[in-house]
Amino acid sequence: MSDYRIHREPFYQPQGNEVTLFEAAYQARLPVMVKGPTGCGKSRFIEYMAWKLGKPLITVACNEDMTASDLVGRYLLDAGGTRWLDGPLTTAARIGAICYLDEIVEARQDTTVVIHPLTDHRRVLPLDKKGELIEAHPDFQLVISYNPGYQSLMKDLKQSTKQRFTAFDFDYPEAALETQIVARETGIDAAVATRLIKIGHVARNLKGHGLDEGVSTRLIVYAATLIRSGVEPRDACRMAMVRPITDDADIRETLDHAIDSTFV
Amino acid sequence: MATGFRPVSDARQRQMLHPQVQAWWAALDCGFAPVADVFEECLYEALTSFSKPQMEAYIEAARVIGKLGRGPEPLLAFLEEWPAVVAAIGGDQESILPEVMAAIRAMQKSPNSSSITPFLQTLAAVARRWPSADQLRVYIDVALDLMARTSGSIHGHHTTFPSPGLPELFRQAPHLASLASTAGLKNWAEYGIRNYADHPERQEDYFRLQSADSRAVLQRERHGTLFADVERKLDLYLRALWRDSDPLVPYSTAFDELRKPIPYYDKLGLRVPDVFDDFHGPGEPVSGLDRYRAVLAHMVGHRRWSRAQIADNWSPFQRMAVEFFEDCRIETLLIREYPGLRRIFLALHPHPRADACDPETTSCLRHRLAMISRALLDPAHGYSDPVLLDFVQRFHAALAVGESSTAEIAALALAYVTRTRRQSDQLAKLHFDDTVIDYRDDNRQLWQFIEQGDEEDAFDVERKLEPGEELKGLPPRHYPEWDSQSQTYRPDWVSVYEALHPSGDAAQIDRLLQKHAVLAKQLKRLLDLLKPQDRVRIRYQEDGSDLDLDTALRSLIDFKSGSTPDPRINMSHRTDGRDITVLLLLDLSESLNQKVGAGGTAGQTILELSQEAVSLLAWAIDCLGDSCAIAGFHSNTRHEVRYQHIKGFSERWDDTVKARLAAMEAGWSTRMGAALRHAGHYLAQRKADKKILLLLTDGEPADIDVSEPGHLRADAKKAVEELNTQGITTFCLSLDAKADEYVSEIFGKRWRVLDRIERLPETLPSLYLELTR
Ligand SMILES: Nc1ncnc2c1ncn2[C@@H]1O[C@H](COP(=O)(O)OP(=O)(O)O)[C@@H](O)[C@H]1O
Ligand SMILES: [Mg+2]
Repeated sequence: MSDYRIHREPFYQPQGNEVTLFEAAYQARLPVMVKGPTGCGKSRFIEYMAWKLGKPLITVACNEDMTASDLVGRYLLDAGGTRWLDGPLTTAARIGAICYLDEIVEARQDTTVVIHPLTDHRRVLPLDKKGELIEAHPDFQLVISYNPGYQSLMKDLKQSTKQRFTAFDFDYPEAALETQIVARETGIDAAVATRLIKIGHVARNLKGHGLDEGVSTRLIVYAATLIRSGVEPRDACRMAMVRPITDDADIRETLDHAIDSTFV
Repeated sequence: MATGFRPVSDARQRQMLHPQVQAWWAALDCGFAPVADVFEECLYEALTSFSKPQMEAYIEAARVIGKLGRGPEPLLAFLEEWPAVVAAIGGDQESILPEVMAAIRAMQKSPNSSSITPFLQTLAAVARRWPSADQLRVYIDVALDLMARTSGSIHGHHTTFPSPGLPELFRQAPHLASLASTAGLKNWAEYGIRNYADHPERQEDYFRLQSADSRAVLQRERHGTLFADVERKLDLYLRALWRDSDPLVPYSTAFDELRKPIPYYDKLGLRVPDVFDDFHGPGEPVSGLDRYRAVLAHMVGHRRWSRAQIADNWSPFQRMAVEFFEDCRIETLLIREYPGLRRIFLALHPHPRADACDPETTSCLRHRLAMISRALLDPAHGYSDPVLLDFVQRFHAALAVGESSTAEIAALALAYVTRTRRQSDQLAKLHFDDTVIDYRDDNRQLWQFIEQGDEEDAFDVERKLEPGEELKGLPPRHYPEWDSQSQTYRPDWVSVYEALHPSGDAAQIDRLLQKHAVLAKQLKRLLDLLKPQDRVRIRYQEDGSDLDLDTALRSLIDFKSGSTPDPRINMSHRTDGRDITVLLLLDLSESLNQKVGAGGTAGQTILELSQEAVSLLAWAIDCLGDSCAIAGFHSNTRHEVRYQHIKGFSERWDDTVKARLAAMEAGWSTRMGAALRHAGHYLAQRKADKKILLLLTDGEPADIDVSEPGHLRADAKKAVEELNTQGITTFCLSLDAKADEYVSEIFGKRWRVLDRIERLPETLPSLYLELTR
């Protein structure tokens, strides 16, 4: 169990009163959904909250090939016959951890329905194969995250799933905060961080005009990290903030120009 | 002739379908049957974009052209081409029609009247490449100049010879316009006139771009960065770096060699030259693209930070000084935003020598201002005049704490003029060298003259076709509309009439698909990847229908060797992973009749492009086997929203459906909420994992009985929310470049704006594939 504890305080820069609100949701053990574009700090927030509440955190990165058994558990064969192995969701429910299903829309919908009984007042998890009904530990809480960006309409949560969660709407932090985050996270000086954020905003201005999302905080952190390790800022920006997000030559040229105009 | 007798005057009596068209037909007073045949169609196009006075001028011009005595051709060319010309230049008919008519009169009076038709026929193509009245004027002037100097001028003969080069010029014009700027055209033509005025054959060859020197001269004139080639980059630049999205309007640099036109902006947009050469000054070279960027950045600076000043009490000298200082203030602020701009500005900014102007003989005011302007921007200016240094220091002090202001900097400028005034400033001889800063605009927005009242442009709103037809078909369905003011629904507020869309010629759609054969082939490859295999094998299952031998063996080996075997040794089959039903809802409002601007689409309307795009999409969806319906809508007040079925869910993509698509027409307004609700009502009845409503629109919700634009927007937003709770996902593809302001309000994150409408046919299908991947 101590494996799942977070021992060092993760750096998290609040954007508003989300820390207090999350605490309230946790006190009532309400399921929480964190929405927002990729790389805007959702996972970091949950990590921080787990640390602050002193609860273990079990994170599952969801993907398309994941089955219900991958969440709940399965029988294994061994020399003595078969042996049951709990999945991460079951473990969390037993030990009273916060279970964080990251990017839940990546999982197929028939997989996600297994969480339903844990999200209503019963707070139970039926292990059909084992014929067991687990009552969730009083400390258990379910948290999911997803990106409501429009890349694929197929990847959306069922209305019946959404209706079970309280929700936080995350977005990229406003400029001053994002600058602080990048500076603290990477140790880069504030002046450089400011310029990186500026370039990020240039790209975000093209959202819906050839770019799907713009540049995430994560990519800005990458650029800062490269610069810290000695890469020339213009190269770092091109590599971390432009090339990953577009193949459109005109857009690339425009963003490159913004980089050259910012780092002289 | 015994049968088929048809007097010429018959055409005048021709019955038009629409009474308004009939009235215009009478005004045209035209007896040509071929014109009567197409008149209605031409006019619909004009009616959708022209105001009443514009219509009158259009028809009057057409009437004159019809009476030239040159048969129906020139009139046909004019009627068909002209609306596209006006659309290409942003609606500015007033500034160019008189010149076109004057050119026609001049040709008519000369032996060149047979060139009138070619002239009119290529005008729209030229306008798409040179999309401003200013550029077209240069084109016309070049043609008239050629005509005047090459008609009937061959030794001793009198003016009975038409210009040999003129028809060729017209024929080549669209091509020339795609290669050169207006100035390039002018120089190229000038060379041909000067050298071949007296050699009809060689002249012809020259203007047909046949002779070697003609090509060489054109090549020489093909320099610089053409606006038309970098327009998208400039749009992106404005939007991404400066969050500005005003239109860019090019002007010609062909004439006024001495007084080059200067960039400016007004309510129609940002005006920039149609070509920029690379700049080679004493400093580093600056590319044409960067020169455009400098011009745009400078104007953006004024728009952000300058406030208009009352001009009346200041002398011209004082105003000039204020302009120099204010330009430097906003550039300082611009450089703060993007430090790299300093390099570009300084490379373009002259660096006058301190002793270049002799104050004993010359007025040096401009020289002094250009020097301080340099010094205000360039820390390494190198001047040592103590007064100049003092003012540079005061300028920086004013800007040290913030943005300062136009008024504060104007005061500093006035102090500088006073402080440095010389008797000789009044001298007539002006020092001009190294004082022109050509990326700066003409500063017309900086001044306000109290004497002249602000004239408000009166916009003409009378442009709607009266809906005349009867509504047939089913009784209406009523839908509520959300009233955002009272936060309540108005029950049964909107009447939706539905009908089967009329049919046209299915072969037309096949032709469109043929046109996009290459694109279709590319799509096909994508489709094959996406297409569900009938039975998909799912491996690594604990429970499944079949044993997966590979994994079973591996598990057995693991087991025997004492390690934990993977129990997922079965596999199962799943048929068809896609269970999608989609309804494509098309906004068929009047604005779809607009032609699309520049590019290689040859003036197609948005409607035509939509037809192509929808055909491709319908074909693609059919290949995939997703269930799909197509419907269109438009509205004429809340009492009449029309919803037309083009394809039902159960219909195949066949000739019946294609025929309906072929007959698609646009008119009226966009009452989006009701249409969304009605479409949703059909989707709700479908059984599918995923229900998608894909809306294709070119504007925001609007209707003629609603004056408050926010109202229908709020209603559409509400409708989208209602659909969402029914498990229907709505996605909007907008063709309105300015849609950002409202689409996200209505559709949340589910929208995309297509800035290049020409690319709709490829975008729509790939968007669908992307969304459903
Ligand atoms: N509010 C924040 N405080 C601290 N770091 C942040 C914050 N927001 C974003 N980051 C940085 O951005 C990176 C990506 O954030 P992450 O939480 O992984 O994104 P998400 O889960 O939304 O995709 C983090 O690793 C961290 O460096
Ligand atoms: Mg200016």
